[in-house]
Amino acid sequence: MRLVVRQDYEEVSAWTAHYIKERINQFQPSKERPFVLGLPTGSSPVGTYHRLSEFCKTGELSFKHVVTFNMDEYVGIPRNHRESYYTFMYTHLFQHIDILPENIHVLDGNAQDLEEECRRYEATILAHGGIEMFLGGIGPDGHIAFNEPGSSLTSRTRVKTLAYETIIANSRFFDGDITKVPKLALTVGVATVMDAREVCIIITGAHKSIALAKCVEEGVNHMWTVSAIQMHPKGLIVCDEDATLELHVKTVKYFKSIEHVHQSLIGQENLGLQGELLSSTMRSSATAGREMLVRQLLSGDESESKADDGEDPMSPDEDNDSMQPSSPNAREQSPTKKRRTTADMAAGTLPPSGQQ
Amino acid sequence: MCPIKDNKQCCSSPIYKIINARLLKNHKIVEGSYLWFQNGKIIDPQSLFFDHLRDADEIIDAKGQIVAPGFIDTQINGAYGIDFADYEGSDEKIQADINKVAKGLLQYGCTSFCPTVVSSEPAVYQKVLPHLNARKGSATGGAEILGAHIEGPFISVEKKGAHKQAVFRTAENGIKDFDDAYGDELKKGNKAVSIMTLAPELDGVTDAIPDIVARGIKVALGHSACKIAEAEQAVVKGATSITHLFNAMQAFHHRDPGLIGVLGAADLPIPESSKGHPEPSDTSPCRTKPDPRPFYGIICDGVHVHPNSVRIAYYSHPTGAVLVTDALSAMGLPAGTYTLGGRDVSVDHNGAAYVKGTSTLAGSTVTIDECIRNFQRFTNCTLVEAIEAATLHPAELLGISNRKGTLNVGGDADFVFLDDSSGEVKVQRVYVAGDEVKLS
Repeated sequence: MRLVVRQDYEEVSAWTAHYIKERINQFQPSKERPFVLGLPTGSSPVGTYHRLSEFCKTGELSFKHVVTFNMDEYVGIPRNHRESYYTFMYTHLFQHIDILPENIHVLDGNAQDLEEECRRYEATILAHGGIEMFLGGIGPDGHIAFNEPGSSLTSRTRVKTLAYETIIANSRFFDGDITKVPKLALTVGVATVMDAREVCIIITGAHKSIALAKCVEEGVNHMWTVSAIQMHPKGLIVCDEDATLELHVKTVKYFKSIEHVHQSLIGQENLGLQGELLSSTMRSSATAGREMLVRQLLSGDESESKADDGEDPMSPDEDNDSMQPSSPNAREQSPTKKRRTTADMAAGTLPPSGQQ
Repeated sequence: MCPIKDNKQCCSSPIYKIINARLLKNHKIVEGSYLWFQNGKIIDPQSLFFDHLRDADEIIDAKGQIVAPGFIDTQINGAYGIDFADYEGSDEKIQADINKVAKGLLQYGCTSFCPTVVSSEPAVYQKVLPHLNARKGSATGGAEILGAHIEGPFISVEKKGAHKQAVFRTAENGIKDFDDAYGDELKKGNKAVSIMTLAPELDGVTDAIPDIVARGIKVALGHSACKIAEAEQAVVKGATSITHLFNAMQAFHHRDPGLIGVLGAADLPIPESSKGHPEPSDTSPCRTKPDPRPFYGIICDGVHVHPNSVRIAYYSHPTGAVLVTDALSAMGLPAGTYTLGGRDVSVDHNGAAYVKGTSTLAGSTVTIDECIRNFQRFTNCTLVEAIEAATLHPAELLGISNRKGTLNVGGDADFVFLDDSSGEVKVQRVYVAGDEVKLS
C-alpha cells in the first residue's frame, strides 16, 4: 500500500487530481479501450473534482474516452432531487468536463427491481473489462461507499439499509428532518471496489484519523471496511496531516521516508507515476545507461563497483560530450553513484516503490 | 442518440449552453455555472444529460460578462417619435409604430415592456388598446409586450402632470364606469391590460379596485392627491403598486405623508400568497412573509427625482423598487418639440421633457439600462439589487416571475450580457426567446 501524506485538503486534492490526470493520459484511452474510473460522492472528492474540471477546461485532460461508475445512490429519491448522487456528480464534475453522457454509470435508485439493478451494474462493469482505478473516500467509521461496519468484505453491489448514525448525519441535507432521509441505498460492495486494478482513497480531516489508523495499522476487519485495501496489490491512500493524527509517528515517518527515498535517491525522472521504476523503452537513450545502473544496484550486481573508480562506463557512446569530467552530466552522476552504493543496501530491505 | 423515442421536441431543437458567464441567480452573481436553453426557454440540463443523453449543440462564450435576465419596463409612453396614445393613423401604421418601438428598445436590454397610454378619450382606447395586447417577443420582432399600462383617466386634477384634464372622470358607478371609459379591452383582463394607474381619493375608485384586480389587472396608485389613510385603504383593497413615486402626488409631509408614506406603513394586512407582492426584507413588517406594502415605480433619470430621494425610498423599502423609464415619444431622438397625448412637449439637451412653456415634467427620455446605472449610483446598492429592480421586481409586480425576470429553469430565455468592467453595467448582447438580437 502506498500512503501519500500532504499538508492539507487543498494539497491532497491537487495531488490526487494530478495523479488521476497522469494516469488517464498515460493510459492513452481510446473508444475501443476507454479508461474505466470508479467515482465517489461526499466532501472528500469535491476539491479533486474541481481541479479535474480545471484540467479539462485548460485542455490538459479529456474525459472523452473515460467511462465512469459511481459507488452508490439513495433508493427512492428522484434523479433531479438536490440530494441525489446524480445531482451531486452533475454539479461537481460532469457539467464541467467533456465526458459523454452514455459513458456515465450511476446506480438507479428508482429501478423497479433493485436486486436486478445491482446485478446489471456488476455485469456492466465486467462488460467494460473491469475498473482501472476506483477513487473513494471513507466515513468516520471507516466505511467505503455504503459498506457500513459489519459489511462483508467479499460483498458485491447490493441494497443496503443505512445505519441510524448515517441517517442522522445526512438529515442536515434533508431540512433536518430524519423522516425525509432515504433509508435504503444501492452500493457497490467492498469486493467490487477491491476488484479494481487500482484503488485510491482520499482521507482528510481529523475526524477521519481514527478510521485511517484502524485501516492502516490494524488488521483487515469488517468493522472498518476500508481496511480491505490491505489485501489489494495496488492500494493508494492520499491523506492530509490532520488525518494522520492517530497514526503512530513511526508509521507516518516510514511512509514519508519512502517518498523521500524515491525522489532524492532514485530520482524523480526515473520514477513512474505509480512508483514503479520506468522501463528503458520509455526513456531516451541518453539516460538508458543510468537506468541500467540503477537496476544493477538494486539487484546487487557486483560489476557496478568498478564504476566507482571514477570512470563512467555507462555513458552512451553517441554522446561523447557528456563523458567529459568537467561536464555537468558527469559531475551529476558521480555523487549519485556514490550514494547508490549505500542506498543499494537500503534498497535491499525496502521495496523500490514502497508497495508490498 | 436520445432514448426517448417519441419526444420530438427534445430531439429536434438545438440546445444552447452559455459558458464563462457570471450568472445572476438566487440574488447572487455566481461563477462556474452554466445557462442552458432550448426552444426559447431556460432548461435544466441535468435531466437532459442523464435521461436524454444529450449535450449542448451550441456553446455561447460569455467571455466573463454578467448574464442577467432581460430588463422589464412597466411604464413607457413611446419612443422614436411614436406615442402609444396616438390614434390618428391607420391600424397598419399603429401596428408598425408599435413594432418600431418594440424593436428599438432591445438595444437597451429591454426585452419586455408595458406600453403605457396616458389619459385619453374612450375612442382612443377603443382604437389603440387592441394593438397593445400581450404578445410574445422575438429577436427580429422586438421586445415582448406584457399588456398595456393604462395611466388615467381616473386620476386627480390636482396632480395631472402632463395629462389632458378634460378626459378625467370619477367612478360613482364602480367598474361600469371603467368599462365605459376603456371599452371592451378592459374585459380581457391581463391579456390586454396589465396595469391600471388610478387615484384612490376619487369617488367610487377605491371600491372598484377589487373588481379590477379580479380581472388580473394590477392596480397602481398615482397622479393622486390622496392622504395616507386613503392610500392605505386602497392597498387594503388590493392596490399593489405606486406609479412613479414622488411624481404627481402630494409631497411628503411629516404629519400626513400621503401616498409616499405608504412605504412606511406598518400594519397593512399581510398577504397570504407571495404572488404579486414584494419579497420580505429587513424593513418588512414581517421578515418571513410577503411584504404587504406595494411595489413602487421610480424614474431614475436624475431629473424626476433627486438622487437623495431615490435613496431614501430604496432604503425604506428595498424589495419594492421597480425601475421605470416613463419615456415619452422623444426617447431616442434629439432635443426638440414632440407630442404626448395630444399635448406639446419640449425636450432640452439634458433629456428632460417639459410641457411646452411650463416647468411641468412630461415624461423622460431615459433608457432602462441608464436607469439601472443611475439607481446603483444614487443608492449605492449592490449590482444585483440594481439589476433586480429592473428585472425581478417588475416581474413579481406583474405576477409573472415564474417566466420573466429570472434565470431559473422554466423561465423565458430573455437575457442580457453585461460588461461591468468600468464599474457600471453596459449592455453588450441581448437575447429574446432564445435568439440573439442583432444590435447595431
